Amino acid sequence: MLPIALERFMSTRVSLFVTCLVDQFFPRIGLAMSDVLERVGYECEFRRDQTCCGQPAFNSGFTGEAREVARYFLKTFEDADHIIVPSGSCSSMIRHHFADLFHKDTGAQKAASELGTRVYEFTEFLTSVAQIDDVGARYEEVVTFHDSCHALRELGIKSAPRRLLENVRGLELREMKRVEECCGFGGTFSVKLSELSSDMLNGKIQSIVATGASSVIGLDASCLMHIEGGLRRRGLPVRTLHLAEVLASR
Amino acid sequence: MSTAFQKEIHVALGDLKLQKTITTATDRFSEKRLDVVAPNVLPEYQELRDQAHHIKRHTIDHLDYYLETVEARVQSRGGHVVWCADAEAAVNAVIAIARKHDAKLAVKSKSMVSEEIHLNDALEKNGIEPVETDLGEYIQQLARERPYHIVAPALHKTRGDVADLFVEKLGVERNEEPEELTQVARRVLRRKFLNADMGISGANFVVAESGAVVLVENEGNIRMTTSAPRIHVAVAGIEKLIPRATDLAVFLKLLGRSGSGQPITSYTSFLSGPRRDGEINGPDEFYLLLVDNGRTRVLADKEKRQTLYCIRCGACSNVCPVYRRIGGHSYPGTYSGPIGAILTPQFAGLGHEPTLPFASSLCGACGEVCPVKIDIPRMLLALRRDIKKGEARENRWLPEKLAFRGWSWVMRRPRVFEWAGFFAQAFLSGQDDHSWVRTGPALLAPWTATRDFPPLAPRSFRELWRARQSSSGWIPTHAARKQKKDA
Repeated sequence: MLPIALERFMSTRVSLFVTCLVDQFFPRIGLAMSDVLERVGYECEFRRDQTCCGQPAFNSGFTGEAREVARYFLKTFEDADHIIVPSGSCSSMIRHHFADLFHKDTGAQKAASELGTRVYEFTEFLTSVAQIDDVGARYEEVVTFHDSCHALRELGIKSAPRRLLENVRGLELREMKRVEECCGFGGTFSVKLSELSSDMLNGKIQSIVATGASSVIGLDASCLMHIEGGLRRRGLPVRTLHLAEVLASR
Repeated sequence: MSTAFQKEIHVALGDLKLQKTITTATDRFSEKRLDVVAPNVLPEYQELRDQAHHIKRHTIDHLDYYLETVEARVQSRGGHVVWCADAEAAVNAVIAIARKHDAKLAVKSKSMVSEEIHLNDALEKNGIEPVETDLGEYIQQLARERPYHIVAPALHKTRGDVADLFVEKLGVERNEEPEELTQVARRVLRRKFLNADMGISGANFVVAESGAVVLVENEGNIRMTTSAPRIHVAVAGIEKLIPRATDLAVFLKLLGRSGSGQPITSYTSFLSGPRRDGEINGPDEFYLLLVDNGRTRVLADKEKRQTLYCIRCGACSNVCPVYRRIGGHSYPGTYSGPIGAILTPQFAGLGHEPTLPFASSLCGACGEVCPVKIDIPRMLLALRRDIKKGEARENRWLPEKLAFRGWSWVMRRPRVFEWAGFFAQAFLSGQDDHSWVRTGPALLAPWTATRDFPPLAPRSFRELWRARQSSSGWIPTHAARKQKKDA
């Protein structure tokens, strides 16, 4: 019998954690993600009990509330094999920050760090576990790609999405200037210091528009929601797409 | 509610000339930094950062031992060590030294801790003339402003601004050429160096094993400040210690690169005590002031004591999308940028400017460039937590607390979460065509002032998934679990 960790690693069953934002606002991203995963041979399950990873409270300083929700998350996904998340930020919350939340509870901390090894941001899973750079997608547009901060700096995801985009037929990727600079979202920051957040968004939108791309691709619905909100307010024709949506199109 | 800090932010964001000046200057620093830490130029860069972090961690964890070592070494070389518990003790010590040696004119090299204790004001009040000799600091002193940036004090001033300032304060003819402006300052400062009774410096590092104060610079003014006058007073925060001179092999490689994009600064001085017999240069007397001023409080906090690892390179400010927009003077306290956002609340107290640690999107650009790997975003998160705990104890910001209590309650009850989504959708879609929201209600208003907000999806993911699965044999979670267990 295989050790359980290895058995889980070899498993072709994946559990989707679609995040609260995708669930309620952008379900098409979750569906696109499951389409791609199924296309490359994984069997997807969706645990209906899932809600949120707790990050909104954690980033706002309400660690007690975040801990309650994190504990609930651990319980919901404790026996899942691979947990696939269409967000770098939520993945990093689970993988890195749960440990901080449970620093006084060694049992939960151990469970969190163990579960953290099974949590993957979507493109990270495709390229490093499934070992797939080409999912057979076609998307005939000129696009630009925004590095979301937590995927980039907390998970080290830089080349994976670009490798995937490179293999999309008909797609042209034009890198924007200051591509690694934040779009200014930052959760409640966008409301608490909205003027500052908007100014950051302004810079990001200028970089996007300068590429002449028809859409901007990202890994986090939160950043994309912020960017698209700014694009729409300015009446600009550029649209945002999650990378899963691009990979799902053929 | 808008705090003083938020008002500063508003003003800075509206100043386009200032924005351009900050962006240009910080971009230049960042580009130069990237050139000298590139893998083909410095392949060991990441290892150096790890080493620097570990050396600092070791030193800070054993600071009591190293502080006593430094005291003994400095004294053995004929220098004096003065322990200063707070800003008042530190300025009083400098004044007492000046009085003792009948000093009336003090030349100063750039030092953030001297800004922190407001040394110049205190000296002036006591009849001692302080003269800043770093060009940027000299400009700031003439303008009577605090440093705008940790390594580039006059970063926000254009050459035109400096030319105007020199005309006004020094009565020279207007000339915008940087070379000429430097010559003007040089002429004034030469006279000051020659007549100064006392030289005051900071310290980039204090080497415990030798008691040497290490100073890095590009202008040569630190050499003059510390060797020309009769008295040299070095003011250092207690966190500036490193155990051995060999540790500088790590720190000097990182400091110049991170701060100004130089492989090494033009001058590096090792100063250990007064002039000895047979030596030509050096002061008659040497004083090392070791300043606490809140540092032991930070030291006591195991979680956040890494804040004390900072070597004041300013790299975090140069890459910070917040600093680059609001600039150094918007920050409350002496230290600006991301490091200021975590230092100031710990030095001045959490209630000093509670918005400060929240003025970040937590993008992590600061932590990525920090040469000693201070996890600045994590420190910001810890400070946010501490601030909210404090507010909860005083029953302030109750609405936000209640909102998150309610949120947590819902997020642990998936059926309630589902129904909440369902009802919100039904309620909102009554008059709506699922287009993006342009004018949001109260909580959303700050968002929709500048951005559209997305509508709730007509059908949530979970509803769509259920519909999809019911046509292909969907299994609810609990059944899936059971099935898995049985298998």
